[in-house]
Amino acid sequence: MSNQALPRPRFNTPAPERGTKAALKVEARTTPLLHGKVSEIPDVFFGAAMRLCGLAVVALLGLIVYQLVVGSQLSWHAFGWKFFGQSDWNPVEDHYGALPFIYGTIVSSLLALVIAVPLSIGVAVFITEMCPMRLRGALSFTTELLAAIPSVVYGLWAIFVLVPMLREYAQPFLARMLGWTGLFTGPPYGIGMLAAGVILAIMIIPIISSITREVLTVVPQHQREAVLALGATRWEMIRMGVLRNARAGIVGAVILGLGRALGETMAVTMVIGNRPEIAKSLFAPGYTMASVLANEFTEATGDLYLSALIEIGLALFFVTIVVNALARLMVWSVTRGQPARSLA
Amino acid sequence: MPDTNSNSAAVLNPPINMPSVSLRRRVMDHVMTGVAVLTVLLVLLPLFAIFAYLIYKGIGSINIAFLTQTPKPVGEAGGGMANAIVGSMVILAIASLLGVPLGIGAGIFLSEYGRNRYGDIVRFISDVLNGVPSIVIGIVAYGLVVMRQKHFSALAGGVALAIMMIPTIARTTEQMLLLVPQAIREAAYGLGVSRWRTTLSITLRTAASGVITGVMLAFARVAGETAPLLFTAFGNQFWNWKTDQPTAALSLQIFTYAISPFDEWHRQAWAGALVLIVLIVGAVAAVRVAVRHGTLSGA
Repeated sequence: MSNQALPRPRFNTPAPERGTKAALKVEARTTPLLHGKVSEIPDVFFGAAMRLCGLAVVALLGLIVYQLVVGSQLSWHAFGWKFFGQSDWNPVEDHYGALPFIYGTIVSSLLALVIAVPLSIGVAVFITEMCPMRLRGALSFTTELLAAIPSVVYGLWAIFVLVPMLREYAQPFLARMLGWTGLFTGPPYGIGMLAAGVILAIMIIPIISSITREVLTVVPQHQREAVLALGATRWEMIRMGVLRNARAGIVGAVILGLGRALGETMAVTMVIGNRPEIAKSLFAPGYTMASVLANEFTEATGDLYLSALIEIGLALFFVTIVVNALARLMVWSVTRGQPARSLA
Repeated sequence: MPDTNSNSAAVLNPPINMPSVSLRRRVMDHVMTGVAVLTVLLVLLPLFAIFAYLIYKGIGSINIAFLTQTPKPVGEAGGGMANAIVGSMVILAIASLLGVPLGIGAGIFLSEYGRNRYGDIVRFISDVLNGVPSIVIGIVAYGLVVMRQKHFSALAGGVALAIMMIPTIARTTEQMLLLVPQAIREAAYGLGVSRWRTTLSITLRTAASGVITGVMLAFARVAGETAPLLFTAFGNQFWNWKTDQPTAALSLQIFTYAISPFDEWHRQAWAGALVLIVLIVGAVAAVRVAVRHGTLSGA
């Protein structure tokens, strides 16, 4: 882009007779763009302004980090690393440990992934490899519609539809079939870790499946043809020709979904039960890092209390940044045409 | 990958006179096709369930009072979310005023000035910012605005949502501007048009409909956000027209009502959710139509 170096021609349009209609028309057409001389000064200003906007994005990240780090100083000095290892969250005695929230965030997100990953990959494979052309657009539009529903509406639906369904049907069934694992024991409230995992899964399916679809479509057609030419069935073609080549990208899509699940707030807050305890059973209520912020931030009276909450925010921010950066790199490695093998 | 290796070996050295694909492989193929269809059905099920409930529960609770009145105290029937609907619009207007120009500016930087290392850094950071949990953005806006003003406000809510809009708008604007052929820019330079004028009147104008769609996507994304408003806009049971006072928002009101123990409030939460979705879809559709019919479209 060396446009700036280009000499700018100056136009000296032969002035038509003043006042005539034709002259006015010519003037109206040419004046705004081709006026006499071109000054360099507005160009410099404009360039600077746009660069400033670009810089604003960087500044935004800096601002977020600054706010979180400064806000959490008090708690950091009071508890240090132990903050993340203790499970005692006691605003009355001003003692804070974030372990139950970290546990809740990780377990609910992993549960969501366990449910969402097979479903999203199935949907992506169906749309790219099996679906009749006519259905393709409609199907991908519909799955992406799921992403447009606000989180609070998911939560509302979860409270009044999903939770009763889990309580009446799913949880008794799971307790009977898989109760021996210890993961599905205790009274079936409906509300709890399981409900949070299910609603999170529904929310991250559109993300994982749309990125997986993007990754699958960049797998070269000749890979498919080569495998088919060797006599493979369609499923063998998908497994060997498509999924294997897209591996790194699919992993990236899953990690992006994880990033979304970790930070999801409203729907989870509404169904997880909000109790800072670590329980093995998925039926038991839990608490996540995002939910504790949503519930307690405005009520945090003491400085240390507020600082502890901000430190949870900082930890959440840090984890999602790392997760997202990792995922971006993996998706890029596929969609930008590098061989997937190098990363997988 | 030992199993796939042995598989490909089998494929490479088929028995001579292989009559047809073995039964096992054919069955496997059909089973997996069935599984894929099943996953699609399982994914579409909650989508339809959510929309069906939303319409079924929401329509029954929407009436004139809901759209024109403020909330009634617990126990009294009636009342509505008029103040929350207006509050949401105020907050979104503030967010758009702050976020859209900055986002488009950053997009112009990325596409016209950022084809270098600095651009790559900004590009990466905006992608990363896109993934920051909205509740964390809420904390930042709390520290930036609420702590200074000493109370919750629509302005703080708008700042929080603007922070969420900027990276999305920047990236979509960049992609749309990059679609404009270089020749069009060169044609403008060839006519002696200055660079800033080319960018604004030629490049941006050519990509206008795409840029506007990107802005609407960002708008739709933040319009339903609740988490960053919890401790910025905070919510309000009454009318409020000042941007430096706690302000009601539709999404906040839905949240408060949904977790309350009162049936009347639950009904209103469904109605609010329906109104919220209709407003979001309506806003996006209106702009789409405007773009298509030329009022907003560029060259």
